[in-house]
Amino acid sequence: MAPVTMLEGIRQAIFEEMDRDPTVVALGEDIGVYGGAFKVTEGLLERFGRERVIETPISETAIIGAACGMSYLGLRPIVEMQFIDFIACCFNQVTNFVAKGHYLWGAPAPMVIRGPSGGGVHGGPFHSANPEMYFAHTPGLKIVYPSTAYDAKGLLKSAVRDNNPVLFFEHKFLYRRIKEELPEGECTVPIGKAVTRREGRDLTILSYAAMMHTSLDAAAELAKQGIEAEVIDLRTLAPLDAEAILASVKKTNKLLIVHEDTKTGGIAGEIASLVCENAFDDLDGPIERVTALDTPVPYAPTLEDRFLPNVAKVVAAARELANY
Amino acid sequence: MSSSPNGSAAPSVTRQQCLDLYYYMRLNRSVEDQMMKLFRQNKIVGGLYSSLGQEAISVGTAYALEKRDWIAPMIRNIGALLVKGVPPRDIFTQHMAKYTSPTQGKDGTSHFGDLKNLHIVSPISMLGDLIPVMTGVAMAGRYLGQDIVTMTWIGDGGSSTGAFHEGLNLAATQRAPFVLILENNQWAYSTPVSRQVPVRDLAERGRAYGVASVSVDGNDVIAVFNAARAAVAQCRAGNGPVLIEAKTMRMKGHAQHDPAEYVPKEMRAYWEARDPIARFEKYLTGNKIWDAKAKQEIESRIAALLKEDLEFAENSPMPPPELAEQGVYCEGCHTIEAEWHRPKSEVTPPKSSVEAEWTVKDFGAFDASTPSGNGAGAQVSASPAASKKTSQPARRASAKSSKGKRGGR
Repeated sequence: MAPVTMLEGIRQAIFEEMDRDPTVVALGEDIGVYGGAFKVTEGLLERFGRERVIETPISETAIIGAACGMSYLGLRPIVEMQFIDFIACCFNQVTNFVAKGHYLWGAPAPMVIRGPSGGGVHGGPFHSANPEMYFAHTPGLKIVYPSTAYDAKGLLKSAVRDNNPVLFFEHKFLYRRIKEELPEGECTVPIGKAVTRREGRDLTILSYAAMMHTSLDAAAELAKQGIEAEVIDLRTLAPLDAEAILASVKKTNKLLIVHEDTKTGGIAGEIASLVCENAFDDLDGPIERVTALDTPVPYAPTLEDRFLPNVAKVVAAARELANY
Repeated sequence: MSSSPNGSAAPSVTRQQCLDLYYYMRLNRSVEDQMMKLFRQNKIVGGLYSSLGQEAISVGTAYALEKRDWIAPMIRNIGALLVKGVPPRDIFTQHMAKYTSPTQGKDGTSHFGDLKNLHIVSPISMLGDLIPVMTGVAMAGRYLGQDIVTMTWIGDGGSSTGAFHEGLNLAATQRAPFVLILENNQWAYSTPVSRQVPVRDLAERGRAYGVASVSVDGNDVIAVFNAARAAVAQCRAGNGPVLIEAKTMRMKGHAQHDPAEYVPKEMRAYWEARDPIARFEKYLTGNKIWDAKAKQEIESRIAALLKEDLEFAENSPMPPPELAEQGVYCEGCHTIEAEWHRPKSEVTPPKSSVEAEWTVKDFGAFDASTPSGNGAGAQVSASPAASKKTSQPARRASAKSSKGKRGGR
């Protein structure tokens, strides 16, 4: 098998799930004839027809609402946000309607909201966002943010089969930059489970999505300097895999959290609290975080480079922490 | 009272239908009268919203639906819930936050639903969101071959939300079998409709989207029922969606705390004289559809039902505190299964595959011949030829010649 991109992994997941189960349908802007802004849904219309591949007006609230209504009749809609930034347009529908239904009146909404997210491609302030924490803060939603083609495919399949609404973030910097061979046949990855990407004893680096790769590059650099970092990929932000996080902290006694989301209110703060509450005695140093700046995502390459975390910033923070 | 909004076009309403309509309107008002007493006794946990004066709309519209159809009522549509088969006890226990309520005390008022049996979607407090949701229910029902119609309600105030407009437009583009009842009750909380919507008939909002739309006297239950029947039939025939504006008046404040002193006395008097229940009683008597005995029977039936359900509600416990921690996610508690009424093979490859028909000439041009029931939809559509005359040349011409997309994002 030839190695495939993360984008292709996502595409395969959608095709295979729609092939497997006729209750799976797709909705979104330009997802039919055009194949989606990033071509994730290319060929979908030809294979599954207009009843299952529904091109919508530019109406994020209507798209989410309709998908939720469809899910009430047992369908499993996969909704594309053309860019995940536009999920802000349907915040109410997602957080108040979709998320709360099961808790309040026992109405599960098995639907997936997916879309390209993240920066590093000079998309500017409205095409680069990482809005995951608005939704991680909302009880009732599951938040998935993969970093590899295999995980993207396997987690998306799990998301489609989940009985809960799942927000599925696809880092667009990774869409075509990473490749790997995917196995023939069924592959699913469980939602809510982190994975260790690199074993180490000196400190734990916790990350997800594009910053996973930055963290791995930093770990390789740190190894040259004699520091062995353990790198853990969260993969799911809600529900958080507390067990995996605490196990690694108890092993290395030091924690650095790296994310591309902005600092204030990012998942790093939540994880820091979780560790303080449950493993404070195991810590040999302060919990550190490397994140994007608390600003909108700026457009110019010089500005965006300053905004984003990078290998050098992660290495510097890790070295300081390792010295404790 | 008119026999129908359009004169003689509507089919007749049977005696039994008249008595049913009266029963549900009377039940609606009696349930709310009872809740007013509970409110004064401090037994209602939160706010209490009244639909006094609007009963003909909730009842007359929901009564036009079949059992298999779906509704999503708003806060002033207790009448629709009753018609759909919700017992008064569910409404009492909801308002009293009892463990025996449909939401077990997790939400109040008419915020509850029933996916499996009664086909009711719960509202949320944010207005307009039910319009896209019920559009989706309608789309899914059609996809599964279930032959269902969906219905929800919105107020004059709610017709200014983004969700209203996005939802109505999506419903129109999908030709969804969906009926939207726009209750123009003159007031959005304290703001009169004239300061919110600069048109006389709110039905125009539907027409703007190519949705067949009518306005009816919302205090005339026969007129409302006939308009709703026609709308449901139109949707059933594949020519949805339909919007019905029902003109009425909210006779109480926004909720119990609001004395509504902003309502002019003359306006209140005008609408008091048009109370939908008193009018219908007069109609039933004048047309010899009932007698005093029939009226008495209905009243006794309601009194007995409410007594029993009130006792049930009052004797029900509050939810146990630990319930607060349960139910955020579905962790296997629900089995989700679609009810297929058509062969799955129709939507499974290779049968589902489509030819690249979008490359045909004229794709993206309006088709003036598409059916639209009472005509509102067709009237707003212009043929390509007509639109050329009326100065949209650039976009129309490019849409005609291009292979795929309509003009600009």
